[in-house]
Amino acid sequence: MGLIDNINKLFDHRIRLGIMSILMVNEEVDFNRLKELLDVTDGNLASHTKTLEKAEYIKIEKSFIGKKPNTRYSATALGKVSFKKHIEALEHIIKNQ
Amino acid sequence: MESKKYLDDISQIKDLMNRSSRFISLSGLSGILAGIYAITGAIVTYIFLIPKNEGYVTLHSWNFKIIVGILVAVAVLSLVTAYLLSSKKAKKNNEKVWDETTKRLLISFLVPLVTGGIYILIKLNSQHYGLTGSLMLIFYGLALVNASKYTIGNVKYLGYAEIILGLICAALPGYGFWFWVIGFGVLHIIYGSLIYFKEEKA
Repeated sequence: MGLIDNINKLFDHRIRLGIMSILMVNEEVDFNRLKELLDVTDGNLASHTKTLEKAEYIKIEKSFIGKKPNTRYSATALGKVSFKKHIEALEHIIKNQ
Repeated sequence: MESKKYLDDISQIKDLMNRSSRFISLSGLSGILAGIYAITGAIVTYIFLIPKNEGYVTLHSWNFKIIVGILVAVAVLSLVTAYLLSSKKAKKNNEKVWDETTKRLLISFLVPLVTGGIYILIKLNSQHYGLTGSLMLIFYGLALVNASKYTIGNVKYLGYAEIILGLICAALPGYGFWFWVIGFGVLHIIYGSLIYFKEEKA
């Protein structure tokens, strides 16, 4: 039961899981790169990044390159620790089947 | 049921971590070809350009200029081959050749390599050509080790091998040419073949 508790509901979703996976191994990633890697629509991606930002798992930085808006994402320390715990929980459950 | 979903999650995490940070499509065949170019260049140099009796090639002789030309040609041909074959393989794997990852890969490869190249040119200009072979191997090895964090596979072992060879070469002056042939020719062919056969199996 304890193990199931470690499964983080926020990461229990394909796109949010994907966003976190990418941000674990890249310091900073911009919107288009995330979109391309995850193969999702703009609106879909935006809503999931917002959810993760609200939980303070990721940081969103908006800026302009010339006239084009550029949004960059990075994982926070809290996000990284939480995601690691989530992965460990997944691995435990699989091993103990 | 649940556990199957978690297994999928784990494999998705791994896949995205790799795809977002590593380039998997380096082609083994391009390694083999780079080795063959290097050995061809070395044979031409050995037969036609190294004076047989008096063991020196001076900086302003035409021999020297042709040797530099051959070196540049080998390097350019190898890079173009690597680019063409890797992009073909990337297309097959549904991977982009030119994205954030390959940009970082190229930068981390080029910084040590260009530094070494400039350093060697400066040394050559002050008539220090004794260590050229060794320096080329060492800086090339460092470039490979540095770039290997953006690739999947064993590029870093090729890098370590080049560095060790370069250091041995520095300790044994006079054999620079032969160490160069081993490092850029033989090692590339061995490494490329290993990757190539692994690709074929996969």
